[in-house]
Amino acid sequence: MIKATINNVEIEVPEGTNILWAAKKAGFTIPTLCNHPDLPPGGQCGICVVEIEGLPGLKRACMTPVGEGFKVKTHTPRVMATRRQLVELILSDHDTSCLTCVKNNNCELQQLASTVGINVLDYTGLREKLPIDHSSVAIVRDPNKCILCGRCLEVCNNVQTVHALAVNHRGSDTLISTAFDAGLGNSVCINCGQCVVHCPVGALYERSATEEVWEALHDPDKFVVVQEAPAVRVMLGEEFGMPVGSLVSGKMHAALRRIGFDAVLDTNFAADLTIMEEGTELISRLTSGKNLPLITSCSPGWIKFMETYFHDMIPHMSTAKSPQQMFGALAKTYYAKEKGIDPEKIVSVSIMPCTAKKFECQRPEMNASGYRDVDYVLTSREIGRMMREAGIDIKEMPDEHADPILGEYTGAATIFGATGGVMEAAVRSAYALVTGKELENVEIMPVRGLKGIKEAEIDIEGTKVKVAVAHSCGHARALLSKVQDQLAKDGKSEYQFIEVMACPGGCVGGGGQSWGSNMAKRARRGESLYAEDRSLPMRRSHENPEVKAVYEKFLEKPNSEKAHKLLHTHYYKRSAVDGKILPG
Amino acid sequence: MNLVRNHVLISIDAGTIMAGAKGVEKALVDEINKQGLSGEIAVLETGSIGATGQGVVIVVYPEGLYYANVNPEDAKEIVEEHLLKGRPVKRLIMTEMPRQQVIRKEKTGLLKEQARIVLKNSGIINPENIDEYIAAGGYEAIERAFTELKPEGVIREVKESGLVGRGGAAFTTAMKWEFASRAPGQPKYIICNADEGEPGTFKDRLILEGDPHKLIEGMMLAAYAFGGSKGFIYIRGEYALSIERLEKAIQQAREYGILGDNILESGFNFDLAVMKGAGAYVCGEETALIESLEGKRGHPRNKPPYPVTEGLWGKPTVVNNVETLANVPEIVRHGAAWYRGYGTDKCPGTKVYTIIGNVATPGLIEAEMGTTLRDIIYDYAGGIKAGKHFKGALVGGAAGAFLGPEMLDVQMDFINLKEYAAVLGSGAILVMDERTDIVDMLQSVLHFFKHESCGHCVPCRLGTKQLVEIIDRIALGKGKTGDIEKMVKISEVMRDTSFCPLGQSLNLPISSSLKYFKDEVYGRVPATV
Repeated sequence: MIKATINNVEIEVPEGTNILWAAKKAGFTIPTLCNHPDLPPGGQCGICVVEIEGLPGLKRACMTPVGEGFKVKTHTPRVMATRRQLVELILSDHDTSCLTCVKNNNCELQQLASTVGINVLDYTGLREKLPIDHSSVAIVRDPNKCILCGRCLEVCNNVQTVHALAVNHRGSDTLISTAFDAGLGNSVCINCGQCVVHCPVGALYERSATEEVWEALHDPDKFVVVQEAPAVRVMLGEEFGMPVGSLVSGKMHAALRRIGFDAVLDTNFAADLTIMEEGTELISRLTSGKNLPLITSCSPGWIKFMETYFHDMIPHMSTAKSPQQMFGALAKTYYAKEKGIDPEKIVSVSIMPCTAKKFECQRPEMNASGYRDVDYVLTSREIGRMMREAGIDIKEMPDEHADPILGEYTGAATIFGATGGVMEAAVRSAYALVTGKELENVEIMPVRGLKGIKEAEIDIEGTKVKVAVAHSCGHARALLSKVQDQLAKDGKSEYQFIEVMACPGGCVGGGGQSWGSNMAKRARRGESLYAEDRSLPMRRSHENPEVKAVYEKFLEKPNSEKAHKLLHTHYYKRSAVDGKILPG
Repeated sequence: MNLVRNHVLISIDAGTIMAGAKGVEKALVDEINKQGLSGEIAVLETGSIGATGQGVVIVVYPEGLYYANVNPEDAKEIVEEHLLKGRPVKRLIMTEMPRQQVIRKEKTGLLKEQARIVLKNSGIINPENIDEYIAAGGYEAIERAFTELKPEGVIREVKESGLVGRGGAAFTTAMKWEFASRAPGQPKYIICNADEGEPGTFKDRLILEGDPHKLIEGMMLAAYAFGGSKGFIYIRGEYALSIERLEKAIQQAREYGILGDNILESGFNFDLAVMKGAGAYVCGEETALIESLEGKRGHPRNKPPYPVTEGLWGKPTVVNNVETLANVPEIVRHGAAWYRGYGTDKCPGTKVYTIIGNVATPGLIEAEMGTTLRDIIYDYAGGIKAGKHFKGALVGGAAGAFLGPEMLDVQMDFINLKEYAAVLGSGAILVMDERTDIVDMLQSVLHFFKHESCGHCVPCRLGTKQLVEIIDRIALGKGKTGDIEKMVKISEVMRDTSFCPLGQSLNLPISSSLKYFKDEVYGRVPATV
């Protein structure tokens, strides 16, 4: 333990603790900008500088470990003047059109300028306006807002290992951009949106579909159905000032109904359906012994990552579509038929914690119903904005159920939103499908939690199934590389079933969730999903009566020919240069 | 066996090549052959003799007579008159002689002699021939290290010599080696920083061109001392001749068994590779250099960890400047006590300076630590050009400090200059006379930094930009009241918060220009109305 003082307050911290965290312990918040709790400090902004008695110059609190006997001062006149000068410099190069910025009121730079007290700006040489990158269907990049804090680079290159973003040019001309300045849509970007939720300012945001959805809602000829992903219900409360991780499933359904959706359905129904399809696929692969391990396919960011960097693993991928797309295929077929609605008139909207879902719904093969299966994807943030615009406060909503016949769900579906949830849900049903008996203890603890790669061995009446779970593409890369090596060496892997989610923490940490995401928040949202699971009467996907009904009335049985046509898909090889589909 | 009665040395460096040295060489050889003198007169290539801007330079031995601005047409006259008849061609004799001599301490009566340690062989031996280096005592030091000193002895000798890094930061060389020696991890690397990018500095180039084996031996000694096994020379991509000569030298050393496995039966394995930089100033900063060497964008790393514990590919790495390493063979060969006979007590040895600007003989000199600026300018560089007067000098490169006339008699060394808030830096001395506009100078320095800032940190990326905005205004006579203070404030914040020395050092030229030329700078900002 190291003893030191921060502004004369004595503290004792473990060796290696940086001054930033030590100061928090002493009750002082040192202002920061580029620093993010989940990312290693890059030291770009210099805002967190402090004085340390006896040492020359100023030190960055984010990257300076507390030394024995340090006497740290966090707001001396010199420190405060320096911080102001630095913020002024940042603003001297920043497009300060805050009122029309997507991050207005949620901007860390705006907050910082207010914290350090910037009243006047007297600088020349503002950069000429640069074009906004609209090339991606999911994410917009505005270089004029970028402050080069480096968080997006860190998360894209080192956490996700996608390497879509890079630094171009240098000095005051430095820009964060893509290879050849080709734009995100022409890059290896997997649309995961981790750059978006880590961006402190308005340089990265989702490509919004709110206008299109409003238009559909206001069109009397359209029948607008909406589905909501599991992770949305544990985040939406935050948009309205509720504590992080508040579970608002019922309030969410009520609010959507009040906005004007014609049918409020639930992606969770489709999650249960996914388990039936994927679980059946698992059993058939286990039986045949072919193409093991089976790898999950719910996460569209992961899918594009796999298509780009691991396309030799395509035979191992589950062909089951993601719940969003299964839902979409059924909405314009089964639902339309059962409800007697012309599918032509159905507008299918999904609310997702995810930016990659915007890309997924536009993939050309996602039209099994004969129409675009899902028309518009809104992120959790976008639906929050729409609710505010409509004057709806989620806190004030009653709890309401989703509408039949695509609205019922079990606990197994709701935990899809947390890393390990799909694995756990699949095991719950696979056990029953194989043995004909129900699993006594449905909670499979080793696959829960935020460890990067989790492993477990499941005993299905004597058959040992080794499973692994990876969240974030960096961990997926490590796990898949290991599997590749094993397959190359022995022709088989130690694992039979692998779950991958592109985002750290799973969908609760998706790129469409609230601004300022961090692992602590992701963890709390995940816990809420497990709490909902515990509270539900049914916790196994195969128990879902609406799922049973869809097989009876429409799909016959899991992995049937019809199910394959509507609920399964195929994958492409993509270029690691521009992310485009490769021939053959 | 023929006895060669005359040696004609022709200086081959980037400058003389551009002036047509190769053509002169061919003309001389042809003429000598034509006159049937090929058995008596040898024409030899050598590195820079230290003079620049004087065209093709040749030296005729044993007279030691220097000819400057030689053209191929002059070859006939030189051969016929001088080499055949013994009558020097007066019109070509160099008037401002470069003052050089081998290592000798006494200065009395010989003020024009330079104490040459680093440049000992430069301009004398043929840099493309390992035998000449060996004949001049080369690779004796490594032998002494293997047989007598052992690694600890090398470190001890270098430590006692008081050698500090010549790249600008003046860190104790032996200490770096000790840290690396103690750091866990294998392999360990030695990197020679030959990415000479400080404006007005070309000392490393002339060392590399003139005596590449000395650098190789220096790197070997360093690696032997701290347990390194692989070396990289990170060299400025523009230094084509240096690269060529280094690669030739490395090849020759390999053929002689001086590089490779079990060198001279010592059990020591060491090899070298030359890596070309792409011209970014920031890559002279050691961690940015390492990033670049790893194939990444040249951005500085956070320190600690320092390269000595986690450097190239995360392994213990020593980064030393060319000049630093070139000192090492002589120290090991002659011992620390001998080395301490040069320079000052606190700062022993010599410093290689490049002198440019308004002096009579710009070029490269090596002088003892502690030599005054006055001696360097008036004695070694022939004083101010064209009857003008000394106004000031920018010492240490763009990241250095301006000095005024009151600093002429200050002893120049790494430690002493610090007391005057100045630095020796890379050893570049840019001399100004009364015609030089200080705002012009400052403007050029600030533009350089804006251009070379890597863009990683806010203070440097945007500070350099705002400084340029301000100085451009002032230079146009459109400066505003408060602009100079704003410039100082920004540069102070840059000094305190920039991520690497590039941004930190910009305060120095600004504050020093105001220290010595305050009235001139303020005079350029119109008074408030």
